[in-house]
Amino acid sequence: MFLVKGIAAFGKYIDFLGKTFSVPERMRMFMKQYVREMAQLGVDSIPIVLLISFFIGAVICIQIKLNIQSPWMPSFVTGYTTREIMLLEFSSSIMCLILAGKVGSNIASEIGTMRVTQQIDALEIMGVNSASYLVLPKIAGLMTMIPFLVVFSIAAGFGGAYASAYAGIITPDDLTTGMLYDFNQWFVWMSIIKSLFFAFIISSVSAFYGYYVEGGSFDVGKASTNAVVSSSMLILFADIFLTQLLS
Amino acid sequence: MIEIKHLCKSFEDKDVLTDINAVFEDGKTNLIIGQSGSGKTVLIKNIVGLLEPTSGEILYDGRDFVTLTKKERTLLRREMGMIFQSAALFDSMTVLENVMFPLDMYSDMNEADRIKRAEFCLARVDLHDVGSKMPGELSGGMQKRVAIARAIALNPKYLFCDEPNSGLDPKTSLVIDDLISGITHEFGITTIMNTHDMNSVMGIGENIIYIEKGRKEWQGSKDEIMTSTNEKLNSFIFASDLFRKIKETQTCS
Repeated sequence: MFLVKGIAAFGKYIDFLGKTFSVPERMRMFMKQYVREMAQLGVDSIPIVLLISFFIGAVICIQIKLNIQSPWMPSFVTGYTTREIMLLEFSSSIMCLILAGKVGSNIASEIGTMRVTQQIDALEIMGVNSASYLVLPKIAGLMTMIPFLVVFSIAAGFGGAYASAYAGIITPDDLTTGMLYDFNQWFVWMSIIKSLFFAFIISSVSAFYGYYVEGGSFDVGKASTNAVVSSSMLILFADIFLTQLLS
Repeated sequence: MIEIKHLCKSFEDKDVLTDINAVFEDGKTNLIIGQSGSGKTVLIKNIVGLLEPTSGEILYDGRDFVTLTKKERTLLRREMGMIFQSAALFDSMTVLENVMFPLDMYSDMNEADRIKRAEFCLARVDLHDVGSKMPGELSGGMQKRVAIARAIALNPKYLFCDEPNSGLDPKTSLVIDDLISGITHEFGITTIMNTHDMNSVMGIGENIIYIEKGRKEWQGSKDEIMTSTNEKLNSFIFASDLFRKIKETQTCS
């Protein structure tokens, strides 16, 4: 029963994507929405990304210095490990899990509310492909902005690590040595590539849950929760495959 | 003209509409009346294509909506305007942007002309200086008027209204009724309106269809409704003390 339901939901999701990925009826209207979504989903997320990344960068640096660094290890290990964690996992996967909460619930509740207040019906009556008009700019907007968010997250994480270094946890020189040690540029690209997949999952899955809401405000809340849970789980699964594939 | 032939709609095993036949004429306010749950909204949703009928035909000036291709349906929908029970204004847009939306999507006018047309539509529904406001800042009656302005922006041939007076006071309801009726006659639109408001029925009902339990039970005009001998219709109409007294007065005189 669960399997049948899962397959049916997946089929509905594919059908939804088919409706979404159609040529916009008016490019002018698409661009207007696209810019709006880049601002709402991307630019508005910069403060929380910077804040969380800064503190996580600082905390990783402190934890490694206090719990892993030992006289038997080279002094640059703290900087090296902080960099690898930020580049390989935090700034792509964990940051996208955080965004799944912030952006995913925003998308699901916005589209869900439009559904229950008949705004989507109004679009359909006008002959507008509502899925394409509402969802495509969100997917495109978030996928455009996510590389910038990843880079900002990496930078803020390093900033946090340096802040803890200047607070006396580790010498800034040791941190810099570790940060530069055996640097592999591909890890930055890997982080960006992974985040593009995650951005697609967050925006499309959340929009899917919002689009098919039936009922009232209670159901919009439920759809919003389901959107966050499902996109978070899919991000975790996708992370395993993408890490294997890109490493 | 919109013609419905043998329209049936079922949800799983439950028949909601059974063999509905009706003709909705041009330039007239056609009303669908009936109790809550009688199938009025399902009928209007079938007519506009938000629901697929189980069987039957829906003819828009001879074009059967059910058999049209997706592209033909999209084109036909551009000839429709709809006013929803909840107004359904886009809450992320200003009032002017709401009215301009159909023009932005489908007209080839330049921006100045689109603004001019939207302002004309707002003026037609007696709304002035509200273009920059958000829908949430307006009263229920004003929101309904904005919805009417948006619905007529593209000069539709067919106008659908799903309980437009719901939640409004009697005076505002009259204003909305007068606007719908006035626009229908002024532009020769085929208007179909769902309602269970008897004031609307007696005020603007030129062609009235009464539905009970998914079946059409009666059709006529507002002048015929008071003298009808249809028991089912009478039990609906004269459930109100006011209308019972009016009928008694008419009978006495």
